[in-house]
Amino acid sequence: MTELATHSGFTSESFSAFLETRNEPSWVSDLRKKAWESYESLEMPHRRLEEWRRTDLRPLRLNRYGFALEKTAEVQPEEALLSLGVELGGQVGSVDSFPQSSFLEEKYQEQGVLFGSLSEILNTHGDLLKPYFLQLVNTDYDKFSALHAAGWSGGAVLYVPKGVKVDLPLHMWSAISAGGVDFSHTLVILESGAEATLMAETLGRGNDPGLHCGGVELFVGEKAKLRYVNLQNWGMGTFHFAHQKARVEKKAQLQWTIGALGARLAKVNQHVELTGEESQAQVNGVMFTEDKQHLAYHTLQHHRAENAISDLLYKSALQDKSHLVWRGMIKVDSVAQKTNGYQRNDNLMLSNHARTDSIPGLEIEADDVICTHGATTGKVEEEQIVYAQSRGLTKKEATRMIVAGFFQQIFDRITIESVKEALAEAIGRRIREYV
Amino acid sequence: MTETLKICDLHVSVEGKPILKGVNLTLNRGEVHALMGPNGSGKSTLGLALMGHPRYEVTSGSVELNGEDLLEMEVHERARAGLFMAFQRPMSIPGVKMADFLRHASTNVRNPDRKEGEDLIPMREFRKELKSKMDQLKMDTQFARRYVNEGFSGGEMKRAEILQLAMLRPKFAILDETDSGLDADAVRLASTSIAEIGGAEMGILIITHHERLLEHNRPDYTHVMLGGRIVETGGAELAAELHKEGYGRIRHEHPEAAAENESMEEETTASS
Repeated sequence: MTELATHSGFTSESFSAFLETRNEPSWVSDLRKKAWESYESLEMPHRRLEEWRRTDLRPLRLNRYGFALEKTAEVQPEEALLSLGVELGGQVGSVDSFPQSSFLEEKYQEQGVLFGSLSEILNTHGDLLKPYFLQLVNTDYDKFSALHAAGWSGGAVLYVPKGVKVDLPLHMWSAISAGGVDFSHTLVILESGAEATLMAETLGRGNDPGLHCGGVELFVGEKAKLRYVNLQNWGMGTFHFAHQKARVEKKAQLQWTIGALGARLAKVNQHVELTGEESQAQVNGVMFTEDKQHLAYHTLQHHRAENAISDLLYKSALQDKSHLVWRGMIKVDSVAQKTNGYQRNDNLMLSNHARTDSIPGLEIEADDVICTHGATTGKVEEEQIVYAQSRGLTKKEATRMIVAGFFQQIFDRITIESVKEALAEAIGRRIREYV
Repeated sequence: MTETLKICDLHVSVEGKPILKGVNLTLNRGEVHALMGPNGSGKSTLGLALMGHPRYEVTSGSVELNGEDLLEMEVHERARAGLFMAFQRPMSIPGVKMADFLRHASTNVRNPDRKEGEDLIPMREFRKELKSKMDQLKMDTQFARRYVNEGFSGGEMKRAEILQLAMLRPKFAILDETDSGLDADAVRLASTSIAEIGGAEMGILIITHHERLLEHNRPDYTHVMLGGRIVETGGAELAAELHKEGYGRIRHEHPEAAAENESMEEETTASS
C-alpha cells in the first residue's frame, strides 16, 4: 500500500503556516493574502452554475490535501514523454510543488534568458516579474483560481529578452507523490521579437489521489514567437484545476498545444487574448480519455485588435465511460475588425458508454469578421475495421491505425516533431480493442 | 498439388434473413471465374461472407482454402492465408496514408505470423516496390501520400483496390464490381492491369455486370447466381450471352429462383 501524505486541508491556520515557510518579497505575500481572502469568500462551484453544470465535484475531498509545506519525495523524470530523445536547452523540474532541479544552457544565460524555479527568480528578479506575475489570469474567477494564487508553489519562469531566440526546446516537468499536491505556476515572458519553445508536462501514475491547482501565464510580446506545449499526464486519481491564459501582442505568433491523457477529473480554462493587431494564435488540443475520467475544457479566444487570427482545433478520442466537455467561445470586441476566428472540436467515440458535450459559441461585436465553428462526433466504423482486417491487419492494429488517423490532422499542425511522436505513442499505448 | 478454394453448400444470412441458399463453387489457383447475376442475387454477399465480414452469418456449409477451414479464421487470418477481396465500396480511413496502410498490409500478408509492433518491410525496399507497381498501373506516385480512399473518386477507389491487389499478391482474389463507376477506358486499363500484375497465377472470382473486365481475363467458367444459388455454370460464352441478352432466359428456366430473387431484390431496394 502506498503511504499517503497527510495534510491539514486549506484553512486559515494552514495558510498562515504556509506563509511562514515562504521566503519571498512582500508584494508576493500580499498577492497571496488578497487571493486567500477571495478564496474564503467565494463559494465552492456547484452544478447549478452553467460552467459547472456538466462537472460533478462531489468526489473531490479538498480537505484531504493542503498547502505545500515541506518537500516529501524525490522523483526522477524518467517517464517524461516530451523530452525523450530531444536535445534540450534547459529543464526545470518540481515534485509536490517543490523545485527539484533545473538547468539552462550557458549560451542562453549569457543572452539574459531566465529559466528556472519561479520562487527563486521572484527573489532574484522580482522587479522584472512584478508587471506580469498573476496579472494575466483572473485570480478571482473561481475558488480554484483564488486557491492557486494564494497557495502557488513551485513552477517555472521563462523570460526571454528582446530579440533573443532560444533555438533549443526547453522542458518543464512536475510530478506529485501519492496524496500530494502540485500548485505550480508557469510564467512565460517573451519580449518583442523573442522566440522560444517550451514543453511542459505533468507526470503521474496509478490511481493515487493527488491535486493540481495550477496557473499558466504566457506573455508573447510584439513579433515574438512562442510554441508552448502542455501535456497533462497525471495518474488517474488526480484532480486537475487550471487557469491558463496567453496574451499575444502585435504581429506575435503563438502555437499552443494542449495534450490531456491523465487525471480523474480536470477542469481547465484556456484563454487566448489577441491584444495586438495581426497577432496569431493556433490552439491545438489532443485528448484521450478512458475509464471514468471527466475532463472539461472551457476555451476562450478573445479578439481585442484588428486583423488577428485565432484557430482552435481540439480532437478527442474517448473510451470506456469517460466524459469530455468542451465549451468554446470566440469573443470579438467591436474594435477587432477583420478578425479571422475559427474553432472546431472533433470527437471519436470508442465506446458506447462514453459521452461528450461539445458546445461552440460566438460573441461578436465587430461587423467585418470571419468566424466559424464546428463540432463533430463520430465513431470507429465496423466497416472500416473489417476493411483494414481484410488487408491483414488485426482488429487492434486496425483500430490503432484508425485512431491515429483521426489525430493526424492535428499532428499535421504541430510543428514540433518530438511532440507529435510522443503524443502518438502515448495514445497508441492506451488504445484497446473495440467494436 | 492444385491450390483450391472450395465452397460447399454455403448458406448465409444477414440480420437473420437468408441470402445465400446453398452455394457450391470450386476455384482453382490459375483459373478465372466470372460470377454474374441480377441485383440482389447474392453475389456481393458471397464475397463478403468469404472474407469473413461479421454481419454475414454462415448458417451452414463449408469453405476450405487449401484444405483449411476458412470459416474458422478471423478476417485478418483469411487475408494472411492468401484471400483478397476488392470491395465494391471501399472504406476511407482519414489520416492514414495509402503507403502506410499498404506497408502494414503487405508486411502482415507476407509474414502471416507477424505480431503487431514487429518490424515492417524496410521503408526503402517497400517504396521501391510500391513505386514500380504504381508505374505499372500508370498511377501518379502522389496517390500513395493520400489518405486511404479519402475523397477518392469512384474510379480512383477502384484503382486503389487494384493497387492493393498488386501489392498483396493473394492466392485467391474476389473482385466485387471492380468495373463499376469506371468509364470504358478505365475498365480496359483495369482489365489489362489485373492480367499484368499476375492475375494468371491467382484464382480470381470476378463479380461483374459487364463483359469488358473479362476482356483480358477470359473466364474459364461463368456462374450465374439467382435467388441465392448458382443456377447455371458455363464457359466464357455464357458471360457473353448474359451481357448481350440479359437474364430473361435464366429467369425463365429457373422460375423458383427468379421469384426468390425478386423478393430479395425488393427487400434490398426497400432497405437501401
